[in-house]
Amino acid sequence: MGEIRLMKGNEALAEAMIRAGCDAYFGYPITPQSEVLEYLSIDATKRTGMVVLQAESEVAAINMIYGAAGCGRRVMTTSSSPGISLMQEGLSYIASAGLPCVVANVNRGGPGLGTIQPSQGDYFQSVKGGGHGDYHLFVLAPSSVQEMVDFVREGFDIAEKYRTPVMILSDGAVGQMMEKVELFDQMPRKTEFPDWATTGRKRGQDRTYITSLFIKPEKMEMINLNLQAKYQAMIENEVRYQSFHLDDCEYIFTGYGLGARICQKAMEMGREKGYKIGLIRPITLFPFPTTIFNEMASKVKGILDVELNAGQMVEDVRLSVEGKTKVDFYGRMGGMIPSPDEILNAFEEKFINGGAK
Amino acid sequence: MLEEAIFSGFGGQGVLSMGMILSYAGMIENREVCWMPSYGPEMRGGTANCITIISDGPISSPIISTFDTVVALNQPSVDKFESQVRPGGTIIFDSTNILNPPTRRDITIYSVPGSELATAKLKNIKVLNMLILGAFIAARKTVKEETCISALKKVLPERYHKLVPINKEAFELGMSCIK
Repeated sequence: MGEIRLMKGNEALAEAMIRAGCDAYFGYPITPQSEVLEYLSIDATKRTGMVVLQAESEVAAINMIYGAAGCGRRVMTTSSSPGISLMQEGLSYIASAGLPCVVANVNRGGPGLGTIQPSQGDYFQSVKGGGHGDYHLFVLAPSSVQEMVDFVREGFDIAEKYRTPVMILSDGAVGQMMEKVELFDQMPRKTEFPDWATTGRKRGQDRTYITSLFIKPEKMEMINLNLQAKYQAMIENEVRYQSFHLDDCEYIFTGYGLGARICQKAMEMGREKGYKIGLIRPITLFPFPTTIFNEMASKVKGILDVELNAGQMVEDVRLSVEGKTKVDFYGRMGGMIPSPDEILNAFEEKFINGGAK
Repeated sequence: MLEEAIFSGFGGQGVLSMGMILSYAGMIENREVCWMPSYGPEMRGGTANCITIISDGPISSPIISTFDTVVALNQPSVDKFESQVRPGGTIIFDSTNILNPPTRRDITIYSVPGSELATAKLKNIKVLNMLILGAFIAARKTVKEETCISALKKVLPERYHKLVPINKEAFELGMSCIK
């Protein structure tokens, strides 16, 4: 068993970054994820030799990521909603150039500068492609401090396997809360780099060249087809979700990250009242766990989707169930957090008290 | 065992530390723990609070709206959280700071003159949080007394370890307030 510690989500994420053999972190502080840079500043460089740099802005940070990822290094940045918006151009370039990196968004209330409280308003931005062009991020949604640790290491593996940017879509609550975590052992930093990395041409080697500018539409279409093939492979191989009580449920609660944790409590309270409620928590938001929703749709009376936004993932749930069952939504916005009681009330109002059809 | 508690008071009274020490103690006793602070502008002078959950099993929601135990160190905390104590639950409040005490009949109410005792007996208002935590442990027995002291040593940076004895004294004084 690894080392057990009590840590804040942001600190755990930073510790996992160091232990995963990350070569460089470029970032810019923003609440509620400033602890990441703060934690790395203590002794990350002393421990592994990794670069920890506060960039002059989020735009600079993501372009530093682009450059360092192009050299085949393990690189990561973190920010919160407004800062992540600034990074969208860079993410589109990184996706087009086919470079691996991990980005964590500790989502806060928006739009605009918004609030610093937890929110899930950035689902569309993360899952549907926040920047321009036909690309996806691989999106992991942690719901506990333990997953903030695990998804850093797994995120790097996915990023390198598919040469794709990976997004860890967290929120202010998961970033700020403390839980018990088991840490994995320190991994060595890489000493060998892939063929495509721009590490300096040796005699007799071909030139490596990283770009997202291809001029010829025929070439650009090929790039797009390759990207789509990559996304298809993710859909086939990498879908992850967690479920509860699917064997006997008549209704399903769904949500991701913090929303799913609150739903789980609402589910437990509902089951005590005799409602047969189950839960599906998508862990990968792209690729989305479409199949399980579709399979369950014909077995249940309805699905309640709960998010800390105006209803974003619910669109993917509806696409997945193909109209086979009623899908309703409950959410709070702008940094407000729904309580388990509130969710159970919403469920009773929408599905039990005459709202079943 | 499942304890869902909230610690609430003015920023600077050490309410976040109370929850954190309890969380560490829970972890030392091999329980599942979750500590969720309020964060933001309210921490700078206004009211701060933290939800602390200690459980034998996995913890679902870190955000809850009713509690087994409320610990209130100022009036706004009593006003806000008294109604959120579950029937049969407990509220512990610092009677020195609170003019309008809780009134509910369906919960257990502990009045602890924490600030007064900390100032008069220990000459240090900063140990108020450990004093009240002592009262909490005596009332709720969530973790063992000695685990709390070990947890304090984890939370307190090494350079402040000279303060452990007075904190321990405060903790024991708090425990003695609960009959």
